[in-house]
Amino acid sequence: MRLRAVPILAALAGACLVGLLIYGVSAKSASRTLDELVAHHGHPKAPAATHTLPVLGGASATSLSSLRGKVVVLNFWASWCEPCQVEAPLLERAQSTLARHDGTVLGVTYLDASPDSLRFVRRYHLTYPNLRDADGSFAHAYGTDQLPESFLLDRQGNVRALSRGEIDQAFLDRALALAQTS
Amino acid sequence: MHVATAERSHGRRRAAALLFLLIGLAGCQLAGAGAVDAASRPTLPAIERQVMCVSCKIPLNVAQSQQADRERAFIQGLIDEGRSESQIKRALVGQYGPAVLGLPATHGFDLAAYLVPLAVVLALLAMLAMLLPRWRRHSPPDGGRSDASPALDPSDAARLDADLARFK
Repeated sequence: MRLRAVPILAALAGACLVGLLIYGVSAKSASRTLDELVAHHGHPKAPAATHTLPVLGGASATSLSSLRGKVVVLNFWASWCEPCQVEAPLLERAQSTLARHDGTVLGVTYLDASPDSLRFVRRYHLTYPNLRDADGSFAHAYGTDQLPESFLLDRQGNVRALSRGEIDQAFLDRALALAQTS
Repeated sequence: MHVATAERSHGRRRAAALLFLLIGLAGCQLAGAGAVDAASRPTLPAIERQVMCVSCKIPLNVAQSQQADRERAFIQGLIDEGRSESQIKRALVGQYGPAVLGLPATHGFDLAAYLVPLAVVLALLAMLAMLLPRWRRHSPPDGGRSDASPALDPSDAARLDADLARFK
């Protein structure tokens, strides 16, 4: 009787392992919940808004919630990412307009060494604030696994639009319109 | 007078020889220490094998990307600063996060990477503990070996005896 139970137990253990594998793959892959909510005209709360991140090149730390009341273009970037190099001048131009309407671009470096990120900031003369997401947990909350990715947040801290990939002028125009009208 | 001069000169030679010996020993000691330092100093290929290219999610020593090159340059900079292997790894984690080490975390789902192999080993041991006594009980008492040969019928036995007698 006990001997007959062995194959059953082995099959159960195998099934558990396969289940664990499936769960692991789904848990590790980037979440697209935000995309679905935004696509269905929802305005989900910006994830991990209270998550504190160190300021790039500084000793202090801050969180996204400190920018509540502003229109924010949250941009994930890294110095080694070529599309990030292309969109950096666009973002800097948008920053000068956004700042006049109580808005800002907020850069978050992801998988990048601070000396490289700082060189990037100097090279493109970026004036908007940049934070470091060293362990990637903040980026993970936004389902970010490719760079660059950008999110448009309204003054209440809700996600209004997102762009997975290089942003275009239309995305920035939308941000500027939101800042001017809200 | 000559004897005293000779003794003084002999003493000086001995002191000089002792000095050379001490200098030589100190030199050997320093060279040895230098050799040990050189041996324990981390190298880029050694570190590359142990860390991941964080954007390509493969070991850095096989990664070919801009991010991998930046990571290599960062490591080389730390090696040039004379940092030890553990210091370099700490610095890498500080810049790129724990994912750079390619090790599962000790919390959340990643804990399964440590617990599952342990559970599998324990399950196998439990299965062996259950099955071995059973196999022992089922195996023949003499371990499967038997010296008893099949009995010959009388005619074969008589023929065998006759054959053996011919060879005697």
